[in-house]
This record gives sequence, C-alpha cells and structure tokens, in this order.
Amino acid sequence: MTEQRTGQGDILIFGATSCIAEHVARQYAAAGRGLFLVARSEEKLEIVKKDLLARGAARVRTAALDLGELASLQRWLREDFHALHRESPIDTVLVAHGVLPDQGAIQDQWSEIARSYDVNLLSPLLIVTELAPHLSGGVIAVITSVAGDRGRQSNYIYGAAKGGVSLYLQGVRNRFAKQGVHILDIRPGFVDTPMTAHVKKGPLFASPEQVASGIVHAVRKRKDIVYLPWFWRFILFIIKLIPESLFKKLSL
Amino acid sequence: MTTQGNGEASAEVSSWGRYPRVRQEVRELQWRSEPLGAPSSERTVLPYGQGRTYGDGCLNEGGTLLATERLDRIVSFDPETGVLEAEAGLTLYDLLHFAVPKGWFLPVSPGTQFVSLGGAVANDIHGKNHHRAGTFGRHVLGIELERSEEGRISCGPEHESELFRATVAGLGLTGLMRTVTVQLKKIESPYFDVETVKFDRVEEFFELARESDREYEYTVAWIDCIHSTPHIGRGLFMRGNHSAAQSPQELQHVASPARLRVPFSFPRFALNRYSLGLFNTCYYQKQREKVKKSREHYRPFFYPLDAVHHWNRIYGTRGFLQFQCVVPCEGDIIPIRRILERVVRYGKASFLAVIKEFGDLPSPGMLSFPRPGVTLCLDFPMDGARTLQLFSELEALVLEYGGAMYPAKDACMTGKAFQQFFPEWRTFAAFRDPQFSSSFWRRVTDGVIDER
Repeated sequence: MTEQRTGQGDILIFGATSCIAEHVARQYAAAGRGLFLVARSEEKLEIVKKDLLARGAARVRTAALDLGELASLQRWLREDFHALHRESPIDTVLVAHGVLPDQGAIQDQWSEIARSYDVNLLSPLLIVTELAPHLSGGVIAVITSVAGDRGRQSNYIYGAAKGGVSLYLQGVRNRFAKQGVHILDIRPGFVDTPMTAHVKKGPLFASPEQVASGIVHAVRKRKDIVYLPWFWRFILFIIKLIPESLFKKLSL
Repeated sequence: MTTQGNGEASAEVSSWGRYPRVRQEVRELQWRSEPLGAPSSERTVLPYGQGRTYGDGCLNEGGTLLATERLDRIVSFDPETGVLEAEAGLTLYDLLHFAVPKGWFLPVSPGTQFVSLGGAVANDIHGKNHHRAGTFGRHVLGIELERSEEGRISCGPEHESELFRATVAGLGLTGLMRTVTVQLKKIESPYFDVETVKFDRVEEFFELARESDREYEYTVAWIDCIHSTPHIGRGLFMRGNHSAAQSPQELQHVASPARLRVPFSFPRFALNRYSLGLFNTCYYQKQREKVKKSREHYRPFFYPLDAVHHWNRIYGTRGFLQFQCVVPCEGDIIPIRRILERVVRYGKASFLAVIKEFGDLPSPGMLSFPRPGVTLCLDFPMDGARTLQLFSELEALVLEYGGAMYPAKDACMTGKAFQQFFPEWRTFAAFRDPQFSSSFWRRVTDGVIDER
C-alpha cells in the first residue's frame, strides 16, 4: 500500500453517468487529467463531457455502449479499446455501473434476476478479464458494495452479484500482483444517489462527493479493499461475526 | 420519506427558517435533458434548490418539489471574458470553488454560499456591494427556461425581455431554469481589505454609510436590536474592497471550510432576552478600538455564518421568522428608527441583525425586492401568536412608510401588503407558468388572482 505516482494516462470510466462516477471524474478533471467515458446514453455523456472540459480535463473521449449487452461490450474491449489506448494511453480504469434491483419484486422471477446479473456481475467480470492483462503498471478499480459481505434476505440478489465480483477481484489481484496491475475493490455503504432515491435516508448515508474523494484517494494510495466511508469496515466486521445459526433468524 | 414509486417520495419539508413545515412530493431531477413531463391538472410543481429560503417561498404544500441539487454541471466557461453558463442547481460554493482560482468572483454575493444559482436568480439576491453593482439579476446574461406549455425557451435582458423580467425575482414560478449564464467579476486576489468601525447610535450608521459608499465597494453593518440605552442602534460597520494580489499563487488559497456544526435543535429556553442581550454586548465589545483594519479571505468576510453548519437549529424545533424590509430614506431616519424601537421593545430580536443602505441602481425583476432606501434584516425565534403580532405591526409600519418586505425571507406577509410592495405583481402573474405554484404565492394572491 505504498503511494506511487500514477502515470499521466487517461482514466477510463464505465458507467460514467452514474452519480458517484461523475463526481470521481470531476476530481480528475480539476487535476487536468484526460478522461474516457463509457455509458449508455449519448445525450448524458455529452452533458458530462462539457462539464468536465470546463472543469479542466485535458481531453474527454466518450463511447455510448449498453454495458449489459455482453457481446457488444466484449467486441468493444477487444477492438476499440486497443485503438483508443494507442491513441492516448489509459492507466486507470473505474468500473462504476450497476443497478439496484427491487428484491421483493423480482426474487421469484428468474429472468429478472439473470438480467440483473448481466449488469452487476458478468459485465464487471468481463471488463476486468479483458483489460487486466493490458494494464501493467495501472489500476483497475471496481465499485462493489458492503451488501456483498453477507447475504441477507432483503438484498441478496444484489449482494450475491457484488460479493461474486469481490471474490473474483481477489483472485485477479493475486494473479496479476507480480505484473504490477493493481486491483482495487471499493465497497461503499449507503450513498445518497439516484440509485437510492426511493430509500429512506438515515445518518449512515454518505454524499457522492465524499465517496468520490475516497475513491480517488484509494487509487492514489494503491489500496486493495476500501470501505467508504471507513466506518463500514467495522459495521461489517460485527455483522460477519454473527453466527449463521442466529443470523438466519434475523430479519435483515 | 415514504416511497411512492417512480422516484417520487412524499416528505415533510421545511425551509431554512423551519417554519412552516408542510407535506409535499419531492422529485429529484438528474439531467437537464429530461423532459419536465406532461402537465398534471391536480398537482403543481416548484423548483427547489438548497432550501435556503426562510419562509414558504420554496415550499409547495400538497404539490411537488422539483429538487435541482444534482443539476450542478457547468455548460461552458470562458476564462478570458468570465462568462459562465451552468445548470441552475450549481451552488455558489461550488461556483466560487471553480472560478476563484481562475481569477473570477461572483458579481454579487449573498450572506451564504450555500444557495443555488437558480435560487440567486429567482430571488434576485443582493449583497454588500448593492450600492455599486445592484442585484444579481443585473449580471445575468441569459436563462434557458422550460415551461409546461411552450417547452424550452431562452430569455435575457435583450431577448424575451419581459419573460426575463418575470423570471428574475420570479420565485421559481415562471418555469424550470435549465441553465443560467452569468457575467463573473475579475479579481486579482481572494482577499479583502476590511475596516470595521464601531458606532454607538443609528444616526452614526447613516453618516458612515454615506461616507463609506463612495470609497468602499462592500459595506454592511451589524446592529444591536436588544439594547436601547444610552442610544438606540449601536453596532459595527464593516466596509471593504478587493485586495491587490500579494503573490501570484494567492488565488489558489482556500480558507478552511466549515468546522462547526450545531448537532441538535436547542431547547426553547436557550434563547431569551438575557442570553441574547449578553451575546449582543459581547459581540459589540469584542472590538475595543474605534476602527480595526484587517485583510480577510472571502469566506470569513462574506460568509461568516457558513462556518457553522445548521445554525438554524439554534432556534429549536419551532423554527424562527426572519424579517427583512427596505424603507425609503432620503435623509430621514424616522422610519428606520421607529421600526428599531418596535423591535427593541419586543426584546427577542436575535444576534443576526444587519442593516445596509441600498443604492439606486434599478433592479431588473418585476418582483425584485431591492430599491433605494435602507434595508434591515433580523430574526426572531418563533413564539407563536406573540411573534405573529409583532410581524403584523412591523408590516403596518413598512406599509406606512412606503417600503417593502423580502419574499425570500418571509413566512407571514399579507396578500394586501405583498400587492402594495410589488405593484407589478399582476403583470408578473401573466408570466407565471400555470403548472408552477408555491405556498408563498398562494398565500399572497389567495382570492385575488384569476387562475387562467
């Protein structure tokens, strides 16, 4: 966990129009870095691009892609990515896309569950699998969730995807450690974003700006796993201590 | 908040004054490209930025608030000319954070940086430099508006100028501001050369104001509204100018942001005649010399209260009422004296009393508050009928002297008073978007306005 000078390469962000990703991008833009934004809507990408250029980004490139469409995503990662990487090198990747499914509404609907896994599980794994071998000296940061630390009846569909990503990242981190590809697992708790617009807000909610600062800091410090804000590490530590025989009877 | 589906939540929302509190739906907007949606016959909407309006101007009981907090993107900025176009939800805090290191400042700065750009326009805010720069609206070059019937429409001082005059100070009622273009002001340094002069009576305030407005770009005074002996209206007069740069890196200096926070609502008994009196005396006496000179960063100079997050909690859960009026004053200090006397007799004016002489630059909005005269601004803990009685007496005094009260601060002015304070209100009403309304608007026009 020593601090290294990140190169001055561009930052590639998947799910760049999500609230947290947008705030991360603003911080890099203010530092004069170049950005590459990937998200579904061209219109929204254009709005974010203008903002980042005004805030000082060296350059902003964009690609409109549906990240839940795995075949086209793979094509993009195998072809377009390399051309763009040659044009202006990328040394940091942030995987920030995801959906929060309504557990109660879909828990008995397999097709809905599978669809959420395309976006929340398979798509991040595909990106990491395709890009890790080409990012020697760089960082791949993936936003997972504290929900991935323990399965709960209220949120296990989302939690299992995020927990699966975390476990995969652990293996990839181990595999590429010697080649200097750094794999960062970011586990935010509750963040006040559109994803949680329908959830009652409590004192544990963090602002997207706060979480974005934590991400930029963790990338710079080459951390392996970060909980954002930090107190979630302790909350999850306690939750993980509860014996399963007792945990299964709780309504969490 | 309770879930209502489709991203809307029903919530009890209060404004900065925490009085009144009303229920309404809240819809969080994310993108300026999102359409406003089909007009609905039963629900009106109202844009809601940072909720720093004091009374019910930012509330819409039984309707929907369009929360603009996430609409905070910059559209374009020209570092040569200082012209900035941004989404209306951008806060002045973020705007300054962005612009100051590049050598640009707000043309007009209110008492807090935690307001949105849209709110600054919709209330046509003023600041310590009113005598030089006029209101915020005078520096707005254009507004992209979305209206329920016409859709997108842009207006400015030169095009669609009547719609522009309605939108500036239009309390968010003429449609949803998508973007605002504003002319920033060039600076060399984020610091100000400040002089604070003690005065022991209101007459002296007027002398200081006349003398200072010629040589200082920014002037304002704090006035003691509790004590009246030996004279009424002692206080501290602050005046300042932009400082010249002392080093080229100075623009990058950032004053430390807020460190303090009021963690909970104070109990009712915390604020009484004695605690407030003591506060006022300490504040006045902390400066021992007659004139004190200093060099201050813009944050403490413009936004001293921003250093204390949630200062409104000091007033407890019942909230507080703010009173801000302007009364004409051409060498005649009787109006302001009589208002002060009434306030002193009441005894529970708080520590935040501010007095300033407005200049004569015309305000652009049909409902703009600033006009030539003296403005006085102070707040009172909400004590029910007794406080409301005081406000009705103060309103009568302002009416008698031909002044006006400030809608952004108001929770209780009568419709009759509003219509007299803002004689162009009927012209304005024709530009209001029929889909847009607020608790304030219904209160001051109830029964008089013919809905289209």
